[in-house]
Amino acid sequence: MNAAKEKTIMVPLPSQAIIPERDAAKKPILEVHRLGINFGGLVAVEDFNIAVGRTEICGLIGPNGAGKTTIFNLLTKVYKPTSGAILLDGKDTANMNTVQINRAGIARTFQNIRLFRSLSVEDNVKIGLHNEVRYSMGTGILRLPKFFKSERRARERAMELLDIFDMTHLASHRAGSLPYGAQRRLEFVRALATNPKVLLLDEPAAGMNPSETEELMSNIEKIRDRFQIAIVLIEHDMRLVMGICEGIAVINYGKIIAKGTPEEIQANPLVIEAYLGKKKGDEAC
Amino acid sequence: MRRLRLRPSTDNLLTYGLVIVAYIVIRILIASGNISSALQGQLVPITAYIVMAISLNLTVGVLGELSLGHAGFMSVGAFTGVITATLLSTFADTTSLEWLSLALGMPWLRLALAMLFGGTMAGIFGFLIGVPVLRLHGDYLAIVTLAFGEIIKNVMNVIYIGCDANGILRISAVSANDLQLSEGGKIILSGPMGAIGITKISSFTAGFILILITLFVVLNLINSRAGRAIKAVRDDKIAAESVGISTWRYRMMAFVTSATLAGAAGALYALNYSTVVARKFDFNTSILILVFVVLGGMGNIRGSIIAATVLTVLPEVLRAFNEVRMLAYAVILILVMLIRNNSTLRRLFRRNGRNGAMRKKNLLNGGKGDEA
Ligand SMILES: Nc1ncnc2c1ncn2[C@@H]1O[C@H](COP(=O)(O)OP(=O)(O)O)[C@@H](O)[C@H]1O
Ligand SMILES: [Mg+2]
Repeated sequence: MNAAKEKTIMVPLPSQAIIPERDAAKKPILEVHRLGINFGGLVAVEDFNIAVGRTEICGLIGPNGAGKTTIFNLLTKVYKPTSGAILLDGKDTANMNTVQINRAGIARTFQNIRLFRSLSVEDNVKIGLHNEVRYSMGTGILRLPKFFKSERRARERAMELLDIFDMTHLASHRAGSLPYGAQRRLEFVRALATNPKVLLLDEPAAGMNPSETEELMSNIEKIRDRFQIAIVLIEHDMRLVMGICEGIAVINYGKIIAKGTPEEIQANPLVIEAYLGKKKGDEAC
Repeated sequence: MRRLRLRPSTDNLLTYGLVIVAYIVIRILIASGNISSALQGQLVPITAYIVMAISLNLTVGVLGELSLGHAGFMSVGAFTGVITATLLSTFADTTSLEWLSLALGMPWLRLALAMLFGGTMAGIFGFLIGVPVLRLHGDYLAIVTLAFGEIIKNVMNVIYIGCDANGILRISAVSANDLQLSEGGKIILSGPMGAIGITKISSFTAGFILILITLFVVLNLINSRAGRAIKAVRDDKIAAESVGISTWRYRMMAFVTSATLAGAAGALYALNYSTVVARKFDFNTSILILVFVVLGGMGNIRGSIIAATVLTVLPEVLRAFNEVRMLAYAVILILVMLIRNNSTLRRLFRRNGRNGAMRKKNLLNGGKGDEA
């Protein structure tokens, strides 16, 4: 990583959330107020508040079962929140479903990889481009000129995106047959293909070896810089989290127990307790 | 890591080639008198079954939804087709426009329109079923299509339809007399006796052309943006939604296309006989077509064509060994299943899109309810 990386200065918002100073001139891309959900009595997430700056890399950490993945599912409307509001680029998303959320600008990856396993790597990315390169069913069946033009464009875009992760040589392979690390990268590319404003990564480094993780870290920063998007990531690898996240929220039992910069989080006694209190096994999940 | 084998375009050319070569060979056999009359009588039904198998493969193999009432759509298409063809020929007799009379006098045009209307009507039924069912997650489509097939069969069994001399349709649910047809009127549908007095206008060539059209629609659909979306929904519904694909829309697209093609096949099939009864399109027929698809391979269009042909011809061929006919049929089915697990032979019956059996992912992994 860049040795000369500048330290991000965080500034408070009127809502008391903090975002990077460079994003402060604009509204946060994502604002979440008092988000909550319970599953038949079990309160999985409660009173969750964050704001994410337009180009922020933001970390969501906490022990296994804390509710991190559930938060991603709430943000993307896989689950319907029982309370709270999610503002994407200042707009309320209350009436949106998963599909509309993606079109509005949130893309994600999954903790338990969900690729279109029987399809080729290239097709997986092209499916991500579904709403960018469009033509009708009739155009496709009748093979009108627009079909060929659009397909060429889709292929170019797919290769461009795959190239970021050096995956172009895998384009014709079955997604399900890729090694684990490559599958995670492909999911990342597919999410990126939907042209998001906010990218949610659920444990992107899980199952990766240290050198792969290192590469992933630089790729995450590269993508943020190149596409100027916000990235929210759930991760247990503290080297990754402390290395690239600018703002971090710590969750335990569905609640935020701490928020702040990596330095603040590392020094926070509540966090240390949450992690050290039940150290066993937690790091691995 | 495995590469996907053939490029789709090469693979599709192979499928078209197979169909065209088979057609030419059979034409030569007919011309040289080298084909039994029993088999010759089977030619149109075989083409209809091929279209049925390809279209069902779109729902079961490509979309990954189970449909147990595909024959119901065939039935809708068949009876709509018969009514259309009868009305058109009545119209040809009564119209004062000479060119129209001349045009509708041509059997192939009546057949084409009958297939068009039959397909459209079946597509509409597909849409009406899809509106409530395709929004649900789980195996509801199997249950509802099963019921649909039975309902259509029973409704067609009690409906009487006739047209009088000037081409006005009359419908009754009581009896043929209740239609009160005037002189020169014609009964088209006579309750349990089915459609009667059909003018046979289907032909092997028409069936061949319908297969080509079906291949064109289905293969081009599969290898396009919409087809990718359909396959994405099949492989992972939650992931498909997460990249902005409306699952409902693409499930509907595949299902309605599938129903429409089945309707056209139904019209082709019915207009090959002088009478057709609704019982012909029962649950057994739906299962038979499903067997074609499963044996031919999920998502493997060429496999569907081969399976539909072989399994329609086979019982006829086996007729020579009458006592052991069904036994032999069963043994052959089992052998095919075993052979299909052989990797060398499997290349011949290659699956188009996916490996492994039909994944009932909604059942096993849960729909929205599971951890995403
Ligand atoms: N669909 C669901 N139904 C019931 N409980 C759920 C559901 N999804 C998640 N939970 C519960 O919510 C809690 C948080 O889970 P999760 O968000 O997956 O944790 P993690 O922080 O490890 O990602 C867990 O106790 C889990 O059992
Ligand atoms: Mg999780």
